[in-house]
Amino acid sequence: MSGNMNLTLKVWRQKNAKESGRFETYAAKGVSPDMSFLEMLDVVNEDLSKTGIDPIAFDHDCREGICGTCSMYINGRAHGPVKGVTACQLHMRSFADGETIIIEPWRAAAFPVIRDLIVDRQAFEKIQQAGGFVSVNTGSTPDANSIPVSKVNADEAFNSAACIGCGACVAACKNSSAMLFLSAKVSQYALLPQGRVEAKKRVKDMLKVHDDAGFGACTNTEACEAECPKGISVSNIARLNREYAAAMLVGE
Amino acid sequence: MTNLFEFLNSSVGKKWLMALTGLFLSLFLIVHVSGNLALFKDDGGLAFNQYTVFMTTFPPIKVISYLLYATIIIHAINGFYLVAKNMKARPVKYEAKKNNTGTTWASRNMGILGTILLIFIATHLIHFWYEYKFGEMDWKTYVVEATTDNILKEEVITAADAKAQHLKPATMDYMGNKIIICKDLYGVVATAFKDPLVVAFYVISMLGLSYHLLHGFQSAFQTLSIRGKNYQGLIKGIGTFVFAIIIPALFAAMPIYFLTR
Ligand code: HEM
Ligand code: SF4
Ligand code: FES
Repeated sequence: MSGNMNLTLKVWRQKNAKESGRFETYAAKGVSPDMSFLEMLDVVNEDLSKTGIDPIAFDHDCREGICGTCSMYINGRAHGPVKGVTACQLHMRSFADGETIIIEPWRAAAFPVIRDLIVDRQAFEKIQQAGGFVSVNTGSTPDANSIPVSKVNADEAFNSAACIGCGACVAACKNSSAMLFLSAKVSQYALLPQGRVEAKKRVKDMLKVHDDAGFGACTNTEACEAECPKGISVSNIARLNREYAAAMLVGE
Repeated sequence: MTNLFEFLNSSVGKKWLMALTGLFLSLFLIVHVSGNLALFKDDGGLAFNQYTVFMTTFPPIKVISYLLYATIIIHAINGFYLVAKNMKARPVKYEAKKNNTGTTWASRNMGILGTILLIFIATHLIHFWYEYKFGEMDWKTYVVEATTDNILKEEVITAADAKAQHLKPATMDYMGNKIIICKDLYGVVATAFKDPLVVAFYVISMLGLSYHLLHGFQSAFQTLSIRGKNYQGLIKGIGTFVFAIIIPALFAAMPIYFLTR
C-alpha cells in the first residue's frame, strides 16, 4: 500500500430534516490516490458500518460527472479543489497525506438538508417545470433544416444545455442564488427558434419560481462560473436579465 | 403597470434598479468632481463660490438635484433590501473557510462598502450642503476687473453682518468692475479640511467609493446585459481607471490639498 494516504474527515452528520446536525470526525486510512472522492467515502462507510455507525449518506448516481447528484462542499469549495469537475470525478491525489478534509452539504435556504450530505433539490425541478421545456405536439419527425439555426446560436445553446443541475453554483454563491442554473436553462431555449415561441412566458414563470423558492439575487460576484463543473458562463445571466426585462416591460 | 411592479419586485428587476440608479450616481460623480476642481484654484474661493451659486440657483440643476436625492435613497434602500434577502438565502453558514476562487473582494462586500458611502454621504451633506442652505456662514465680496477677471479686492462679511443686511448672492457692474457677493463655502471647506480627522474620514470614504465602483461600474453593465467581446475590456477599463482610480483620487486630493496648504 505504498503511496496510500491517511486522512481525517470532518463530516456533517444530520439524521433528518428536522433534527439539528453536527460535525463528526472520522479517520480514512490507506486511501489510494487513484480513488475517486466517492470511492473514498464508500471505503469509510464500510468501516463505519463494521463499527455499528450509520454510514454517511450522500447523493450519487452516474459517478461520471453527468447526473449532477453528487453534491458536497469539500474544504470550502463546491465539489472540492479541482476546477471543472464534480465530486465523483475528483481524485484523492488532489489531497495531501495527513490532510483534514471538511465535508459539508450545500448550504441554501432553498436546499434544505434531508440527511447528512444530502439536500433536497426539488426547487430546481420546480424551476424547470415552470417553463424549462418546449411545448410541441408530437408527430412525425420534422425535416432536418426546415428551421434554420445559426451555428453560433446552436453552439451557444448547446453550451448552455450542458448544465447538469448539480447546484454547485448555488452552493458557491455568497447569496445562494441560482441565477447561473436558471440562466442556462432559459438560454438553451431562448437561443433557438423553437424556444422563442414561449420565451416571454418561460423566463417570467421560471424567475418567479426561483425567487419564491428562497434563492438569493445575483451580485455578479461570479463564484458560480468559477465553480460550475460544466463551465457555464455568466454571459447567460446577462442574457437572462435582458430576456426578463424584455418579457416584462416590452410589448404585450 | 402590474408588470412593472412585478418586475421591480423580482430579483432581476431589483438588480436593474440598482444598476440604473448606480450608473446615474456614477454620472453625477463626474459632474461633481469636475465642478469641485475649482477648489484647487488659488483665487480666494471666487471660482468655487460662484460655482456653488450656479448649482443652487439654476432651475434645471435644482430639478436634477432632487432627482439625485431620490436616487441615493432608492439605491440605498434597495441595496439594503437585497443584502438582507441574500443573507436570508443562506441561513446556515459553511464551516470551512470559504474559498473565494474567481471573485473579487469588492464584489463580495458591496453592502459594507455601500454602508460606508451612506454614512459618508449623510455626514458630507450635513457638513457642507446643510451648512450652505440653512447654516449661518461668512459671506464674501469680490471686486473683479471686468475685462481681465483680475481680482482687485476681496472682503469677508461676517455671518452676523450678512444676516443683519439680509444679503442675497449678486453680481453688479460698478465703474467698469464687477462686484460679486456670495456665500463663502470655500472658506467653510478650507477650514473643515484643516482637521486631520475630517481629512482621514474623507480619504477613507473615497477608498470605499473606489472599491464600490471597481465592482459596481462593470457589474451594472452585466446587469443591464450590455456585454460583448468587443467592449468588455472597455467597460472594465473605464470602471477601473476613471471610476475606481481617477475620480476617488481627485476627490481625496481636495481635503489633502487644504490640510497641507
Ligand atoms: C456615490 C454613491 C454611489 C454610487 C456611484 C454607487 C454605484 C453603484 C453601482 C454602479 C452599483 C452596481 C449595480 C449592479 O451591480 O448592477 C452599485 C451596487 C450597490 N450599491 Fe451602490 N453606489 C453608491 C452609493 C451606495 C450607497 C450609499 C449604498 C448604501 C446602501 C450602496 C449600496 C450598494 C449595494 C448593496 C450594491 C450591490 C447591489 C447588488 O449587487 O445586488 N451604494 N452601486
Ligand atoms: S450552472 Fe453549472 S453549477 Fe449550476 S447547476 Fe448547472 S452545471 Fe451545476
Ligand atoms: S454522481 Fe453523477 S455527477 Fe457525480
